Amino acid sequence: MFVRAQNAPLFLVCAVVLGLLTAMWDLSTHALDIARLRGATYADVRGMHLRQRDLTTKNGQVGTLAQSESIGLGIRVLANGAWGFASTDRLTRDGVAACAAQAVVIAKASALAKRSEVVMVAEAAYVDSWQSAFRKDPFEIPLETQLALLLAVDAEMRRVKGVTLTETDLQFRKIDSWFASSIGSRIHQRKMISGCGIAATSFRHEEIQKRSYPNSFGGQHSLQGYELVESLDLLQHAPRVAEEAVALHSAEQCPQKTGTLILGASQLGLQIHESVGHPIELDRVLGQEANFAGTSFLTLDQLNKLRYGSDIVNVVADARVEHGPGLGTFAYDDEGVPAQCTDIIKDGQFRGYLSNRETAHLIGLKRSSGTMRTESWNRLPIIRMTNISLLPGTWAFDELIAGTDDAILMETNRSWSIDDRRYQFQFSTEIAWEIKGGKKARMLKNPSYSGITTEFWNSCDAICNAAAWTLWGTPNCGKGQPMQTMGTGHGASPARFQNVRIGAAFSKQ
Amino acid sequence: MSESPKQESPRRAIDRVRRAAAADLFSERELRKIIENVLRLAKSTGASETEVHVEEVAEALTRFANNAIHQNVAEQGLTVSIRTIVDGRTARATTNRLDEDSLHAAIDASLSLAHSQPKDPHLLPLPGKQRYRAINRFVKQTAAHTPEERARAVRRACDLAVKRGQNAAGIFACGQSQTAMGNSRGLFAAYRETHAEFSITVQEESAASWAKANAASVRDFDPQKLAERASEKAHLATNARELSPGRYTVILEPAAVLDLVGFLFYDFAATALADKRSCLNDRMGKPLFGKNITITDDVYHPLQLGAPFDGEGIPRERVLLVDRGIPKNLVYARTSAKAARKRPTGHGFVLPNEYGEAPMNLVFTGGNSSLEEMIASTDRGLLVTRLWYIREVDPYEKIMTGMTRDGLFLVEKGRVVSAVRNFRFNQSTLEMLRNVELLGPAVRATGEEAFEMVVPAMKVRDFQFSEVTKF
Repeated sequence: MFVRAQNAPLFLVCAVVLGLLTAMWDLSTHALDIARLRGATYADVRGMHLRQRDLTTKNGQVGTLAQSESIGLGIRVLANGAWGFASTDRLTRDGVAACAAQAVVIAKASALAKRSEVVMVAEAAYVDSWQSAFRKDPFEIPLETQLALLLAVDAEMRRVKGVTLTETDLQFRKIDSWFASSIGSRIHQRKMISGCGIAATSFRHEEIQKRSYPNSFGGQHSLQGYELVESLDLLQHAPRVAEEAVALHSAEQCPQKTGTLILGASQLGLQIHESVGHPIELDRVLGQEANFAGTSFLTLDQLNKLRYGSDIVNVVADARVEHGPGLGTFAYDDEGVPAQCTDIIKDGQFRGYLSNRETAHLIGLKRSSGTMRTESWNRLPIIRMTNISLLPGTWAFDELIAGTDDAILMETNRSWSIDDRRYQFQFSTEIAWEIKGGKKARMLKNPSYSGITTEFWNSCDAICNAAAWTLWGTPNCGKGQPMQTMGTGHGASPARFQNVRIGAAFSKQ
Repeated sequence: MSESPKQESPRRAIDRVRRAAAADLFSERELRKIIENVLRLAKSTGASETEVHVEEVAEALTRFANNAIHQNVAEQGLTVSIRTIVDGRTARATTNRLDEDSLHAAIDASLSLAHSQPKDPHLLPLPGKQRYRAINRFVKQTAAHTPEERARAVRRACDLAVKRGQNAAGIFACGQSQTAMGNSRGLFAAYRETHAEFSITVQEESAASWAKANAASVRDFDPQKLAERASEKAHLATNARELSPGRYTVILEPAAVLDLVGFLFYDFAATALADKRSCLNDRMGKPLFGKNITITDDVYHPLQLGAPFDGEGIPRERVLLVDRGIPKNLVYARTSAKAARKRPTGHGFVLPNEYGEAPMNLVFTGGNSSLEEMIASTDRGLLVTRLWYIREVDPYEKIMTGMTRDGLFLVEKGRVVSAVRNFRFNQSTLEMLRNVELLGPAVRATGEEAFEMVVPAMKVRDFQFSEVTKF
């Protein structure tokens, strides 16, 4: 058993005093005992306590104002060579025992339709505790302060004539998880997650245009405290966001052509998510998601052979703290495997998958890459993206613009879609600008681009440097049945692509 | 907030163990007691008015892939959600802990959130007692369905695929859920239902096809028949040929119709129009779709599921949304109804929220053309099994993009002649519903992008495909 020495933070001491920590370990141990007695050959237990606060405004009025907590426990077992999982919010010894027994019954039922025994690669046992770093606990910041900020931002946007809808939001989550396994791991983790965003919409002349900051669909989210909200200076950006939403009505339609495309960092983050992050999930590759999320073009014969992108494209899956406070940052995954950094694309070559202990064994790897994650105590951990990031290149953003003669710069996602094997994609963004002669020229509305994944990444000829790199958070990645929503991280800086199909979303054939 | 786990009496604990083993839900009487207990606690804390929602689920889902079960899960959970109103302000707090300390903490959190905001001039007092139409959608046999029964059905479906050299993946899920709500003005509403779902994707070589059903009763569909259908279509889907993108006549199976039109209905919310984010702004009462398009929202339809009341406890009404191509009516929550001087239709979401309301039980008036007749009447077109990853490109013209998936077939001279590589579409839903040439009988359809609806298959002219993918 490997034990990482670490000073327990004050909150843990307090939690121990309050008994929750002790109670969770007691219940977890009891669940593991019952599972073993009922015939499980392996079991792991995840207790989780999730707290969330949501604040929104719309047109100067408070919209959602809600807080929630959920606590419970999920038990995963291997029995007769097959998996079973059950979860309960009945946190008594009897309730947990019934849940563990149910998990074993389910596993034995699974064995009625198995083709082979489940085998997992080895992993050490760990006893550890970890919490994500934050400076300001958002649950301790006065609600009045938080709402005052949103209402002030909302008012700033509404000052712009032509704006017909203004929206702001704050979201905070505090998640405690207790992982215990029959191989002896006992891991407690606490994550603090913050998110915020603003948007202005304008309806005029049979057209709806919208601008968002710092990103669309809820803004930016990261493993930070309230300092994230303060760092984004929503108030300063509010007038620009509103003005751009109105100005888009007068902008020219984005042309249809094949040409040079520059993507802003947040849009590139979503491009990475859809065209790199999902296809490298080994459960998809092995057909385990075929009925819902789909499969992947990255079949096993492609590993270390496929030229995924151009020489300057380097992508990692990095869950470690040193990568940054991403939504895919943790100390251990939900299968008790330590956070790792895995090369996904190295100098343009396809190098690695996201795996768990079971799929790692199936393709002959010695160790899981540590990507099993669960939304909540009532969901089975499945392979999920961690922080799938495009490493920075060498260009300063100004130099990239100055060094581009004719291109379209697109920013802030409006829609996204990709086929179920992750070849063909189409994205549209809220806004675009022509780049002419090394300068940002006229604004364009309704921009879109599309292509084939590997052709697109192989056309990348410039990536901006670390100064322009942001670790974006995608809080709403859906996968699995029952559906689970997970936050993923995507580091990206603006990048340039050649010979891209532009404008197809609005083509009239 | 207390951080101790739930405290409960030994008797209660024994009861819980019994319930955990049997996956029984609380009785309506027990739900009423929980709600009354919260209302009693809230009364002593200074809340002027209080509303309580209790949601309970017991669900199980068996998942298979590569012709074997690989995931198999069950969950049980109950949440209590409390909205307080104090001095013209409201907020909500939710917990899944039933002990009195935790309920007190949730009430306090709700009050604290409510106090933190300015007064809401549009906030309405809670509604009083309502009368609801009884709906029985709880099937004991479905609630009691076992993991062994699901495993045997999955095994049969997988054996079929193995026998034919194919590869099956899918789910078989059964569950029960209930919702109850009450408020300090005496309103009480409760509803429970069961649900069952079977979905299967069968792969043959690089081709695949799919079939899915969803109903209140597990007896309402036959997993093996769905497996047969997916298997046969997967075989037909092999050797796909590539066609050029462009405008085609399409025959959309009900699941394809459902997933595409599902994005349209949030625009029928009165709040969406007031916010000017609806495609129906400036279009109500004018011909927008073909005369063969009539759509109602009807939770009482025999093929629908769902509670007969909304998030505020207002009875759901049947609403005619589109009458022979003309958008006629919107749905209203209490607040949007008051602003528009209309009657609430019982479509409001749980408050507080910024979206207002939406129709959730869509029923299209179907036609009498069978899928076979649609194919037979088509000189050149495409038969579409399902659509995938649909997203909105233009919110006013309702241009949607997405992919075909799991079975796209070329129809020539009245018969299916070959499989076709999948296309990306960029298609206005408004235009599509103007171009419907034939409709099939309306059936309960289920897909992956939109909630279940009662929709027909449709034959549509000039459907726009913009690009082709690699398979």
